[in-house]
Amino acid sequence: MTGYAERQRLVVVGNGMVGQRFVEALRSRDTEGRWQVTVLAEEGRPAYDRVRLSAFFDGVDADELSLHRPDDGVELRLGEPVLEIDRTGRRVVTGDGEYSYDALVLATGSYPFVPPIDGAYVAEGPDALGPTPALRSGVFVYRTLDDLTAIRDFAKGRRSGAVIGGGLLGLEAANALRLLGLTTSVVEFAPRLMPVQVDEAGGAMLRRYVEELGVVPHLGVATTAIRSRPDGELAGLTLSDGGWLPTDLVVVAAGIRPRDELARAAGLELGERGGVRVDESCRSADERIWAIGECAAVDGTCYGLVAPGYAMAEVVADRLVGGTATFPGADLSTKLKLLGVDVASFGDAHGRTPGCLDVTFTDPATRVYAKLVLSDDAKTLLGGVLVGDVTAYPTLRASVGGALPGPPLALLAPAGDGTGTGAGIAALPGSAQVCSCNGVTKDQLVGAIVEGCTDVPGLKACTRAGTSCGSCVPMLKQLLAVSGVSLSKALCEHFDHSRQELFEIVRVRGIRTFSRLVAEHGRGRGCDICKPAVASILASLGNGYVLDGEQASLQDTNDHFLANIQRDGTYSVVPRIPGGEITPEKLIVIGEVARDFQLYTKITGGQRIDLFGARVEQLPQIWRRLVDAGFESGHAYGKALRTVKSCVGSTWCRYGVQDSVGLAIALELRYRGLRAPHKLKSAVSGCARECAEARSKDFGIIATEGGWNLYLGGNGGFRPRHAELFGQDLSTEELVRYVDRFLMFYIRTADRLQRTAAWIEALEGGLEHLRAVIVDDSLGLCAELDAAMARHVGAYSDEWRDTLADPERLRRFTSFVNAPDVPDPSITFEVERGQPVPALGDRRPVTLGLPTTMGVPS
Amino acid sequence: MTLDATINEGFADVAEPSRAEPGGAEPDGGEPGGDDARWTAVCPYPRLEPERGVAALVDGAQVAVFRTHDGRLFAIGQRDPIAGAYVMARGIVGSRGEIPTVASPLHKQVYDLRTGDCLDVPGVTVPTYRVRCRDGLVEVATPPTGGS
Repeated sequence: MTGYAERQRLVVVGNGMVGQRFVEALRSRDTEGRWQVTVLAEEGRPAYDRVRLSAFFDGVDADELSLHRPDDGVELRLGEPVLEIDRTGRRVVTGDGEYSYDALVLATGSYPFVPPIDGAYVAEGPDALGPTPALRSGVFVYRTLDDLTAIRDFAKGRRSGAVIGGGLLGLEAANALRLLGLTTSVVEFAPRLMPVQVDEAGGAMLRRYVEELGVVPHLGVATTAIRSRPDGELAGLTLSDGGWLPTDLVVVAAGIRPRDELARAAGLELGERGGVRVDESCRSADERIWAIGECAAVDGTCYGLVAPGYAMAEVVADRLVGGTATFPGADLSTKLKLLGVDVASFGDAHGRTPGCLDVTFTDPATRVYAKLVLSDDAKTLLGGVLVGDVTAYPTLRASVGGALPGPPLALLAPAGDGTGTGAGIAALPGSAQVCSCNGVTKDQLVGAIVEGCTDVPGLKACTRAGTSCGSCVPMLKQLLAVSGVSLSKALCEHFDHSRQELFEIVRVRGIRTFSRLVAEHGRGRGCDICKPAVASILASLGNGYVLDGEQASLQDTNDHFLANIQRDGTYSVVPRIPGGEITPEKLIVIGEVARDFQLYTKITGGQRIDLFGARVEQLPQIWRRLVDAGFESGHAYGKALRTVKSCVGSTWCRYGVQDSVGLAIALELRYRGLRAPHKLKSAVSGCARECAEARSKDFGIIATEGGWNLYLGGNGGFRPRHAELFGQDLSTEELVRYVDRFLMFYIRTADRLQRTAAWIEALEGGLEHLRAVIVDDSLGLCAELDAAMARHVGAYSDEWRDTLADPERLRRFTSFVNAPDVPDPSITFEVERGQPVPALGDRRPVTLGLPTTMGVPS
Repeated sequence: MTLDATINEGFADVAEPSRAEPGGAEPDGGEPGGDDARWTAVCPYPRLEPERGVAALVDGAQVAVFRTHDGRLFAIGQRDPIAGAYVMARGIVGSRGEIPTVASPLHKQVYDLRTGDCLDVPGVTVPTYRVRCRDGLVEVATPPTGGS
């Protein structure tokens, strides 16, 4: 690469830390002066150290934070944001002019996410598509020096401030408000500060630090609204526990999102969770456009840390001078400093490995807390938490999964050299096995995260780690947690929100269609992940018949045809048989229907009867007969309540102590049709012998002499779980109240396809937290949950009866739009054990040879 | 089935519904193919719900016809090549990036409605058919223009 006759034009969009680092790296490598560099910056001041942003309030002025180094070879245009990228014309447009480019580097960073809190905005609600929308006076984010200046100016003459968010940035902001002389509070939804990074005891030590500084934490509560005084000034925050927090100023520190709007408008491919999608050379789908830092999704993953951004800057600088560097993966260190306190966590910091041992070290004098999590034989280091002194961190982090490098207490004593800065996951032995059941190494897991896995189910699917004993799941979570922006619980490429966030947006803003939701809060036209999830949310919020209007196009085929699709494209039909109790007349009807339509019949595990092999156009005819006989939809096709199974109970059984069948029927009728993040199963046993297998259900009930025991969070399936005891000797009234709230709280807050067991496991505080919410009403939600269930019960209507009554709805059930009388010729059956089964080319009847020998093998 | 009596109703607001031809540009109302294509009318345009498919029998072939949210029409083979069942019309229509897609209702592999290519399993494709709207009727051309 020699002799560039003409200089090429390089345009850099953004002059943040990563943008600045990139320009410096390029200038030092471009010794031949190949590139003529123009930097277009939105902010009015050149790059500054955002990591040390809070030092601004310690009296460090903007000049000291500046990273700007004058360079004659670089044209730096401040306060001139790019408005448009014209890829065909290879130019960018600003308010002041146009700039042609031969190479374009996007370093636009990210913007603060403001959750949809009532009263946070000037007018309409949140706009998740772009940078921060207009916040009402007195509400701020914490991102730029301008934000900080505005906070400082607004704070003058005011007395109190509150921060929404008790994570890293939230605590920084809290310290800032404190330094401004405000009485400061922090509102955090989790039961402790920095819930991602530290355990309970570490959180308690942090809390002590924070309280000593005069900051008041409000933990385990959410902000439900920001209220004004009659004169328009900010009055305070309404909290979810019913509390009222008066405040003059609010800072929202609830996470960040990549700024990819220019790239999106230019038609560049984005990562599934946003960010400009780039390959390992940080180059986008357009070979002239690159993206680095927080706005880049390297192979789909965004990094909200500065170190990976710097690494990307070096990669692109190298590439632009003809090099072949690639992004090496991120340094995912979790060592932090906030409010003057050092905090680190690593490995199984929460000690969730079965049988693990803790070694803890608390020194109130030096205010140091440390915990090491060891294997049950105390030989292997599993993880730990350090608060106050983190010098041992690099050594410890690198030893996770291996033998302890020394006696535990010696390891926790302040280390001599303290050289390990920046030693995060890179210092780990990559060959260390995280999941010993499936032999998955840390390298493989990090690889999967870089490839785009952003949650535990994704990692399980990609690597099989955590699919056996599950004891490494906390480590998987930890690995995910330290990967910055990829913490995002984005549902899919169309929404940056988690299901829970979408649920709140839909609920608070009264959105009733997918089109409006995706237009205002997402992108594209949805997919098989978000559409059924949104359909479920709309159904849970009582938007009526699931196939009305646009809702029909959102439904998975099962919900669309109100039946369960089978491998040959036929459907199965499951009428509801509440509690498994059925009259002979109804049994006969099912038999007659199955016979007349030549359906395969099988008794299900939920005590009802599944009829297989129905073609689409037969479904209404089958259901006409069933509905006429008094049957209704069993919702076997929906993410909804399936069955409440029962044993025969005290009516017949000589051991039974309560009427389990009666309760099962009442519960099944109460919750029928309730749409949820995943299917829901239940059972009622009439005595402790547990013939109904209630403890394998999402909510199981076992009769006692004095009432009912309620068990929550069980399931069968891939990873069987026993439900845990939630309440004892409950009256029927209490039982129903708790189940109502349990289900509604689950529906509101669970992730998509997360069953109740996994949901409870993921709740901070687990079953105890759940008990606090639905028994003690710690979040002040119970009245709302009760009302929501009352609405569901009152509004229930049988979907199949409604469908049969409407010719428009029935029109969907045709084989061919132009030949409705022709059955699908591809569907054929053969007979097996006296019943029809699909005749598929690759399907052969199972023939088992009879055993020829009996007895003990030799 | 009864054809809609209101063939042209609800159609005027849809600009050039057949603008994007999966197997090549066939301008709305243009000459039928200019090759040996045979066009078969399958249903009135309003019979198609936005972002949902219908199955049609065209010259003995099972074809899945889709209308996307912007009114464009696409037609692909009804057979899910991975599962072997004739179900594609019952999948969820959406987008991946800028690509209009449908997901198989059986195992959710996603297909590009324009090309028939499976976006999740390299090398797997479904046939694509030209489709257009003429006089309010949706017409599908055989033989298929692409895919396996």
